[in-house]
Amino acid sequence: MKGSKIRTLGKYKESYLLMAPYMIFFLMFTILPVVLSIVLGFTYYNMIEPPRFIGWYNYIRLFLDDDIFIIALKNTLFFALVTGPISYILSFFVAWMINDLSRTLRSIATSVFYIPTVVGAAVFPMWRLIFSPDEYGYLNGLLMGMGFINEPVAWLLDKEYVLAILILVQLWMSLGISFLAFVAGLQTVDRSLYEAGVMDGIKNRFQELWYITLPSMIPQLIFGAVMQIVVSFSVADVSIQLAGFPSTEYAGETMVTHIMDYGSIRYEMGYASAMAVVLFFLMVFTNRVVTKLLNKVGI
Amino acid sequence: MFTFTRKKAGAKARRSTVGNFFIFCIVALLGLFSAFPLYFAVVTAFKPLDELLYFPPRLVVLRPTWTNFTDLYQLAANMWVPLSRYLFNTAFIAVAGTGLHVLFAAMAAYPLAKHKFPGHNVLFSIIVMALMFVPQVTFIPQFIMMAELGIVDSYAALLLPWIGSSLGLFLMKQFIEQLPDAILEAARIDGASEYKTFFSIVWPNSVPALMTVVIFQFVNLWNYTPKELVYSESNKVFRMALEQIVAGDPIARMGAGAAAAVILMIPPIIVFVLLQRKVVETMTFAGIK
Repeated sequence: MKGSKIRTLGKYKESYLLMAPYMIFFLMFTILPVVLSIVLGFTYYNMIEPPRFIGWYNYIRLFLDDDIFIIALKNTLFFALVTGPISYILSFFVAWMINDLSRTLRSIATSVFYIPTVVGAAVFPMWRLIFSPDEYGYLNGLLMGMGFINEPVAWLLDKEYVLAILILVQLWMSLGISFLAFVAGLQTVDRSLYEAGVMDGIKNRFQELWYITLPSMIPQLIFGAVMQIVVSFSVADVSIQLAGFPSTEYAGETMVTHIMDYGSIRYEMGYASAMAVVLFFLMVFTNRVVTKLLNKVGI
Repeated sequence: MFTFTRKKAGAKARRSTVGNFFIFCIVALLGLFSAFPLYFAVVTAFKPLDELLYFPPRLVVLRPTWTNFTDLYQLAANMWVPLSRYLFNTAFIAVAGTGLHVLFAAMAAYPLAKHKFPGHNVLFSIIVMALMFVPQVTFIPQFIMMAELGIVDSYAALLLPWIGSSLGLFLMKQFIEQLPDAILEAARIDGASEYKTFFSIVWPNSVPALMTVVIFQFVNLWNYTPKELVYSESNKVFRMALEQIVAGDPIARMGAGAAAAVILMIPPIIVFVLLQRKVVETMTFAGIK
């Protein structure tokens, strides 16, 4: 029994050797960090003294004794529940709407909608300028010029507006990889299904979408969902760049910026790890739910 | 100008003209929203000082000038570390990080896609789950590990985590999976080892996927500014340097900031536009079943 197992492994020696270089890096820098977070989440660790086991204390502190974490959690969930679905649905609908275009127009449209994702980070200064707190800010200039406001508004410093602006900018740059997967997926839906659909009495493009197109694209839809979940739960850069770090009264604090605060500034690594674990679980759980829902599409 | 293709009449359910018109309007509006900040960056970058400070702000440039770019260059030239050093750092990390990732991920994707070795299903589901464990969420434990390895503030810290990122492996595996088994069998019958099969058959047949992974990886590395991982000036990357210059005085350096944004935008846009077809071809197989 044991011998045969070893023989099967031996037969696949070349497979394992081909995978080895990648797997070393994958295990070291992706899997091990996740495991490490789970372990360190139960300790107090400041990188000077060795980690000290403290049980569930970090988690208790997170939920009962850290008001800013609760703000960060609320903001992250709000972000994820607003930008996640909107940008997911938007990326699908834009892909669907440009799918009927000729090949060249479709390529141009694909670039126009995807480019904010690749250059978004470079353009943050322009958004800062648009929402600048003085009259040189374009939004202030525009609204004052039209007489809607008399005094410039400090958009990014006012906690009334911060979250809404961050969501807008995040939406702008978040069509992302899922959009590309949808553009590609729509091109591969079997044409004969559409013909058969017309025979079966499908009348308009929305029926066609629901009964034929979407069910043919479930694998792409699931992939797109995973990508969108990653982006919408790990929001941080947009907040740091626009609202500042820390933002006014933590109005733009997200789980990732809170992790940065404790991990990179205060060196409370155990506590930061516990937060990362909460974030992992939120993402994995959301992914499960969304995958279940997507498998019901078109029924 | 704006035409819907109707190569096969009747192949799809009826599209009403009104519907087409509405869809065109929505796409056009969203497209404008998408392109506006980029347009705005370009316009601002070419404005002379008096137009930058004009009230109310205008959305066009009347007398375009290169002043902002030369200002940016001058500010950069006055830095303690020469700008070429930052550019070299970025180029080195982008090239090495992209090259090693593409090679290693393709090597690993081939057995995962085509060999039924024990554990291949479990391994693949771990990789799918790991799509969610991006550096933005794992940076704290990664930092601890790098501190233990003594590589914080070095190229290794910037580079190594990206070599094992999971998106590239995932896309490559999905692509290689649909390559016909027949071409692999032919090589094996000729007595080729799996390594030879990989380099002579799988690699040349996976060019669209390889190019796609190159784009994603390059864009990620180009935009990467891990402030907690490098603190020596001489190890910082190009984007960090430009941000530092501009951050000095956001209003006075508004034009230089826009110039920096335009410079940072150019490489990812060129790479994406050139390789777009390959990306769409690869994404066809990106679905999770």
